[in-house]
Amino acid sequence: MVDNAATDRLSDVFAALADPTRRDIVTRLARGDATVTELSRPYEVTIQAVSKHLKVLEDAGVVSRSREAQRRPVHLEAEVFDLMTKWIERYRREAEERYSRLDTVLEAMSDTERKEK
Amino acid sequence: MTTDTKKETQIIVDPEVPLVRIIREFDAPPEKVFRAHTDPEIFKQWTGPNGYENEIETFDCRTGGSYRYKSSGDGWEGWFRGSFHEVRPNSVIIQTFNYEDIPDGVSLDRIEFEDIGGGRTRLTSTSLVDSFEGRDAFIASGMEVGVTEGYLRLDAILAAS
Repeated sequence: MVDNAATDRLSDVFAALADPTRRDIVTRLARGDATVTELSRPYEVTIQAVSKHLKVLEDAGVVSRSREAQRRPVHLEAEVFDLMTKWIERYRREAEERYSRLDTVLEAMSDTERKEK
Repeated sequence: MTTDTKKETQIIVDPEVPLVRIIREFDAPPEKVFRAHTDPEIFKQWTGPNGYENEIETFDCRTGGSYRYKSSGDGWEGWFRGSFHEVRPNSVIIQTFNYEDIPDGVSLDRIEFEDIGGGRTRLTSTSLVDSFEGRDAFIASGMEVGVTEGYLRLDAILAAS
């Protein structure tokens, strides 16, 4: 019943975001597209190191790079986050349903106790 | 934010550690919320997805005890089991949780019952697994698999991407 392809994809995204530098890059890209040079600027690392991080993000489908433009700006694929948000929200909603039932059960428990007294 | 006295379930999906944390407040004191977790007759009334029935085989909620139950609904049924590693009255339950069809997929759960005054309780349930893949599969399926509107919508999104 589990959609394996979707789960694998979600795992790739989480794995890509497990690194603090990559999360930083994603935060920067949320403000708008940027080139590798621009992305490298705040870090004490080489452009090659940033390129490696971008490769991981690109493989996970978190970012994409334009093939056409000379600057090859990096673009954040926002729908990947929508997908993650939807999975997480569904999980949260299921927990909420369960706990709403627990609310009802807890109310019934009070009633029983009152009757016993 | 709403002005409702009931707090909606909060969820935290940790980016550094493969865990999921769920926080919810209840209009009942810790003793009562705790009992709803330890008494099998009460527990089976609320656990699992909406509309599912739970049949308990074993439920020995004390330090060193174990549990096993069957959940069924929507033409599906599955067995769940685990060990109660530490049970401290009205305070904490540390247990394992496993869906038997995926024997390696064991989560370590810590359920905390916190008295927040006014006869209310904050419940914090943290599930830790041994890999991000495991955690994400847990979120994607959990035990709460069912054909829901959200699931269908997700399929549509995946097909489109």
